[in-house]
Amino acid sequence: MRRNRVILASVATVAALALAACGGGGDNNPLSTGSASAAPSDTIVVGSANFPESTLLAQIYAGALTAKGVKVSTKLNIGSRETYIPGLQDGSIDLIPEYSGVLLQYFDKNATQVTSDDVYAALKTKVPAKLTVLDQSTAEDKDSITVTKQTADKYNLKSIADLQPVAGQLTLGGPPEWKTRQTGEPGLKAKYNVTFKQFKSLDAGGPLTINALKNGSIQAADVFTTDPNIVANGWVALEDPKFLFAAQNVLPLINKAKASQTVTDALNAVSAKLTTENLLDLDKQVILDKKDPETVAKSFLSSNGLG
Amino acid sequence: MGVIWDYLGNSAHWSGPEGVPARVLEHLEYTFLALAFVCLIALPLGLFVGHTGRGSVAIAGSANALRALPDFGLLVYVVLLISGRLPASLAYLLPSILVLVILGIPAVLSATYAGIQAVDPAARDAAKGMGMTGSQVLWRVEVPNAMPLILSGVRSSMLQIVATATIAAYVSLGGLGRFILDGQSQRDYSQMAAGAVLVGVLAIVLDLLVAGIQRLVVSPGVTGRFRTAGPRRRPVLISSSQEGSVVPTT
Amino acid sequence: MITYLQDHFQQTVERFYTHAWLAVLPLVIGLVLAIPLGWLASRYRRVYPGVINLAGLLYTLPSVALFVIMPSIIHTKILSPINVVVALTIYTVALMVRVIADALLSVPADVRSAAVAMGFTGLGRFLRVDLPIAVPVIVAGARVAAASNVGLVSVGALIGVNQLGSLFTEGFTLDVGSIVLLGILLCVLLALILDTTIVLTGRRLTTWQRAVS
Repeated sequence: MRRNRVILASVATVAALALAACGGGGDNNPLSTGSASAAPSDTIVVGSANFPESTLLAQIYAGALTAKGVKVSTKLNIGSRETYIPGLQDGSIDLIPEYSGVLLQYFDKNATQVTSDDVYAALKTKVPAKLTVLDQSTAEDKDSITVTKQTADKYNLKSIADLQPVAGQLTLGGPPEWKTRQTGEPGLKAKYNVTFKQFKSLDAGGPLTINALKNGSIQAADVFTTDPNIVANGWVALEDPKFLFAAQNVLPLINKAKASQTVTDALNAVSAKLTTENLLDLDKQVILDKKDPETVAKSFLSSNGLG
Repeated sequence: MGVIWDYLGNSAHWSGPEGVPARVLEHLEYTFLALAFVCLIALPLGLFVGHTGRGSVAIAGSANALRALPDFGLLVYVVLLISGRLPASLAYLLPSILVLVILGIPAVLSATYAGIQAVDPAARDAAKGMGMTGSQVLWRVEVPNAMPLILSGVRSSMLQIVATATIAAYVSLGGLGRFILDGQSQRDYSQMAAGAVLVGVLAIVLDLLVAGIQRLVVSPGVTGRFRTAGPRRRPVLISSSQEGSVVPTT
Repeated sequence: MITYLQDHFQQTVERFYTHAWLAVLPLVIGLVLAIPLGWLASRYRRVYPGVINLAGLLYTLPSVALFVIMPSIIHTKILSPINVVVALTIYTVALMVRVIADALLSVPADVRSAAVAMGFTGLGRFLRVDLPIAVPVIVAGARVAAASNVGLVSVGALIGVNQLGSLFTEGFTLDVGSIVLLGILLCVLLALILDTTIVLTGRRLTTWQRAVS
């Protein structure tokens, strides 16, 4: 009979411990970061989208901030913009690397600005009250409609406009959000009158998309312009004369409350050093050479005097 | 909550290669393909181990070990490993089916083995006494008696596969998982909910189907449908989807 | 893989720890919640099919969908691990209700009669006779639930919760198989640790079984 009291006692103890963990704090408690009380106000949570360059940029930001003594934690590979922006707004994350043009279009569907400066100026006004964007870098990484050399030669494709007569026979591959985004299928139709035969939901310029273009299950793909696979495979990123993809300068999107002077200075210093050329090289190290993004980020920071 | 029905209520979503019927068919294709292989592998194995009693510890151990594998991780790993070497049509299908099969085997294996083991020894003795050979005992006595448990294992496995086949969408395949992942990327909760609801409905329909088969296939004497009198020694087996019922008590 | 582990040791350990908590907490809460529900189902035969079928249905709800929809239901933050805990608790309850109901049903009638004859009534009989006898079956069910939870937590990576599953998404987007393999091995390790703990706990609680034989 005593044994049963022991059973009851142990069950009760475990349950009590479990409940205590819910309410209690402690740095290691994974639940405390998710509970209603916010994380310690001096920690910046850096997020990233679900593609390698975003992770790389997030690691660069995180490294730069850590070098200046700011406490940082990361939440990488979250998902599409539609998934993580709400996370920024409710405080799950504080900072994320972004691209000016698509970000503007996310906040303002009818935005028409296309040059770097115009986009940036408009962005500053359209960002929601709690958030802000810091200085932008000259580094640009745009979406593109990319085709293999064979496809380009076969249909004589140089720009997206050339797709208009043949798109009905081709399959486009891209991230699921392209089905509904202005910079995706709807925009292709509106700006270029291009409608593809089929759209395959893959990933944001990641391995699924690259492999699908390689093995021919899609003929056109959303590949990022800084992706080293374009050059490595002799692919053709079609020109975009009508600016479906506006200027896409890399910049930090941050929660205003966390943008202290130290933080702002550190991030602006990073943006000053990022160029499209060195971004291309960093991407090559991560995507083709398969180097660890954190390591690549650290060496970028140290060779640029940022950490 | 009404927003859940927005996606399903839109008739445009019910036609074409990305419409609901097409996705349901894809989902069923993955499910039945996987279930077929699961039965092909786990039924004979379970029958053998149950009937001969050999390897029972190994079976119980490996069934549990297989359950420990994370399906999501396994899928990603297999895809990274072999999809580059496969033709485009199989590149993601093969890894997905493989993972679903691994997921589904434990339920059928342990149910079959437990079912055969749980057959009343008196029935076995009677059969042997009547002069039946080993395999005759297996097919004419043990299997019919074990049918409720075996079928409940198949049912359980099928439901797990139906629920998990949604991960195929992560590696660019179709099926109902497509609604869930696309809905998440596009922040279209209605689409996500539609996917979840459809999986639930599909599970119910398939469950009822197997229940129907169970009624047809299991001998009435076993289910006790026509039991006349006498004390009940075993609880009536109410077949269902859960694994927990199919557990060897030794 | 070894270099990854060396470079990211701290982060990997944190992820392991987080994963463990996210799997164990729902297991315990789910078990506690499932006991009264399972008892209800075993006691009132008319309720049994309804409860069991509802449980079966809940178990088939795809995890990603549940994780994403959870914030709108319980008003948590979108990327919060609480979403995972609540969803997994639902799955654990769904799984264990049936196990407990069947375990309680399988308590031999003569044992029950003997208990009543000895003067056990109601809650006392439940806690001191029915439940202990049901322990082996419950333990078996708990093992399944534990393994299932470990696998489901990894899907939480799709909503940005940092645990071992993050190794899967990272490995996938970076196209590096060894990171994914590390994640799989650590998940299996965690599942084995939980499994062994549950089995040992079960043995401790059923010393009477071995004493008799």
